[in-house]
Amino acid sequence: MNTLRILRTGAATAVAIIVPMVLLLAAPWWALAASLAALVAWMALTRAGRQALSIARVGIATIGQRLGSSSVVVVGIAGVVGVLVALLAMAAGFEATLAQTGTDDMAIVLRAGSQTETNSIVDHDSAQIVSQAAQVLKNLHGQPIASPELVVVASLPKRSTGLDANVELRGVGDGAWDLHRNIKIIDGRKFSPGLRELMAGKSAHEQFKGLDVGSSLKLNGQLWNVVGIFDSADSHNSEVWGDTPVVGATYRRGSNTNSVVVQLTDAGAFDAFKAALASDPRLKVDVMTTHDYYNRQSETMSREIRIVGTTIAVIMAIGAVFGALNTMYAAVSARAREIATLRAIGFRGGPVIVSVLLETMLLALLGGALGATLTWAIFDNYTASTLGMNFSQVVFSFRVSPLLLWSGLKWALAIGFIGGVFPAMRAARMPVMAGLREL
Amino acid sequence: MKYFQLIWAALFRRSTRTLFTLLSVLAAFLLFGLLDSVRSAFTGATNSVAGADRLITVSKISLTLSLPKSLLERIEAQPGVAEATYANWFGGIYQDPKNFFPSQAVADNFLDLYPEWELSADQRRAFHDIRTGAIVGASLAEKYHWKVGDKIPLQATLFPQKDGSNTWTFDLVGIYHMSDPNLRGQENNFYLKWDYLDEARQLDKGTVGWYVVKLADRRNADRVAEAIDALSFDSDHETKTESEQAFTAAFAGQFGDIGLIVGAIMGAVFFTLVLLTGNTMAQAVRERVPELAILKTLGFSNRSVLGLVLGESVLLIVLGGVVGLALAGVVVNAVRTSLPAMGPTSPMLPVGGAIWLQGLCLMILVGLIVGALPAVRGMRLRIVDALSGR
Repeated sequence: MNTLRILRTGAATAVAIIVPMVLLLAAPWWALAASLAALVAWMALTRAGRQALSIARVGIATIGQRLGSSSVVVVGIAGVVGVLVALLAMAAGFEATLAQTGTDDMAIVLRAGSQTETNSIVDHDSAQIVSQAAQVLKNLHGQPIASPELVVVASLPKRSTGLDANVELRGVGDGAWDLHRNIKIIDGRKFSPGLRELMAGKSAHEQFKGLDVGSSLKLNGQLWNVVGIFDSADSHNSEVWGDTPVVGATYRRGSNTNSVVVQLTDAGAFDAFKAALASDPRLKVDVMTTHDYYNRQSETMSREIRIVGTTIAVIMAIGAVFGALNTMYAAVSARAREIATLRAIGFRGGPVIVSVLLETMLLALLGGALGATLTWAIFDNYTASTLGMNFSQVVFSFRVSPLLLWSGLKWALAIGFIGGVFPAMRAARMPVMAGLREL
Repeated sequence: MKYFQLIWAALFRRSTRTLFTLLSVLAAFLLFGLLDSVRSAFTGATNSVAGADRLITVSKISLTLSLPKSLLERIEAQPGVAEATYANWFGGIYQDPKNFFPSQAVADNFLDLYPEWELSADQRRAFHDIRTGAIVGASLAEKYHWKVGDKIPLQATLFPQKDGSNTWTFDLVGIYHMSDPNLRGQENNFYLKWDYLDEARQLDKGTVGWYVVKLADRRNADRVAEAIDALSFDSDHETKTESEQAFTAAFAGQFGDIGLIVGAIMGAVFFTLVLLTGNTMAQAVRERVPELAILKTLGFSNRSVLGLVLGESVLLIVLGGVVGLALAGVVVNAVRTSLPAMGPTSPMLPVGGAIWLQGLCLMILVGLIVGALPAVRGMRLRIVDALSGR
């Protein structure tokens, strides 16, 4: 019987915590703004509201006397929010870098079933057939804008560690400069077709040694010169580019390439393009827009980072909740006599609860803002690199968006809510007589 | 030790507060255990001796380039090489690209070099005899409810068959186990026969992805590695040979600086933890000033009061920390079996001796830091002032 009651109370408490928390985390900004407005109105207009405000004022004014224990709430929550926002910013940054790489009006053609460029082989004839399709845009000279591309991997020492890591060497065709019109050459010049010349992406140049303009490096036994640095503002920045036939010769690929990238006449032409290639008996290929292709590459990795990040944040949040509980229980018991006095002269329980909650959530908000600001200051645009789908390094920047900061603040409020609600109830339920005798 | 009961009683004087603090400490060390398990897997800080006598030979240019199979005989002829085998990445997809597991084509003597892969004698014979045979790890078999005798279709991503078809069908002839918990992640692998792959594939015939060399004497590792690399020096397929562990560590390192990320997170966690428990301890000592004064009146020396308070804070952290680490061990074990292996190790190592040792040192250190200020305060109490509440 007794256990049943305990179970029921336990379940009720769990529901009482979880439901508001989920609501809080899922709430859009306007719902929170509306509830904030309602709270302000309640405080300004009703008697109970004014009572709550005055109790909260005393609590907040005396935070200075409990600086040590109040900072536990602030710092604890700042830690949770900081770690959460940083890890989510990493996932968002990785995703954004790859998403920018593709567009809806460019298509990539791979051998059927191969999933990634490294796995795929498209022979010279198939590449020709693909670029002759009616949906491929022609340039001013009437040539189809297409680039047969080769992806190979070279080992170069990293600037940061001095250890060898993989850099992606991409052979691109003549069409590449028409395909990637946003590319800016920030140093040197384009490579000349037919020569063993390379251009390094901006990030690859920053990450790896030996990619300065004018330097030369040995690839598969042959000497190549670096003649330029380009900035494409997407994941091609992590790559080194050369002329497809020359790269193919160096790596003994013959006239085969890994993929063909084409510019479509417009995004709407994709379905027709796909159907045209599918119905051609000479071809056995998969077609997708580059947007889909690069998005799919980031999918697994960013999902994993998000899961890991949220798990770490949840464990840290549990720690922070208990810290906040300790602090607020101590705060309530230090103010026991004051609260009992208020109750004795006619203040109701409700305002007491609201005031304690208000104080905790204010501290939590401060912590959340601190954590979010620190993360933003340190990690926004922070550069990192990881192993991408083509077995080579993809460089990306962390992206601390306002949306992430906002969700960090919501986490802070949720932690503050749980850390405050139990001490608040104890304060409101405390027998007045016992409270007055306290100390 | 004789004061243990006194310390224990002091610790649970305010049981709710202590419980909450313990739970915070628990959360911190749970996180420490989980993250350190990942970190040690990525930094190759494995204390497993398996594979210490094996070298891996890959293309110097890139892991993704293949090597000619003709190299095998020349590698085997090197002095100091006990045995050599080869394998090729197959990269098969079962039903959906999301169902990722590593699939490799291996030579007939693969299992001779990897005795940790435990397979019964008749299943082993079947894998040897049946051309389209395949063996899988117990964890993988369990995940997809495969049993010996099943036909398993895989979609090739790298190797279409001669007729251009991408579907390869294998006969499951054996299920292997790994008894070393460090290697449990390897039970997610799928092995097929290299002979079958080479015979039926359209391209890259006569090439292998990498060689594995078993050393006669592991002390000769560097010399043998150099000799193997010298075989192909200045050819169009130069090789790079290194120990299996070094190979794994280098591969894992490419995922990013996991050590740095873990370090930064743990820094944030422990900074908070010190502040939080420091606050608890300060409160506990502040409340007990008269009690400490009475202890001193009874004849406890300044040093024993210092020891009592420090002991209390260390006990607090160790209690929470030990439970947290134990919990981390349970969680890691549950997660590990469901993750595919990353190279020769799983992305998480079990919470073993090294992590426990580090954790315990950390607990004592944090306990001492946290207890220091309150303990000094307790030590410096003047009995008269404390008793009169000044």
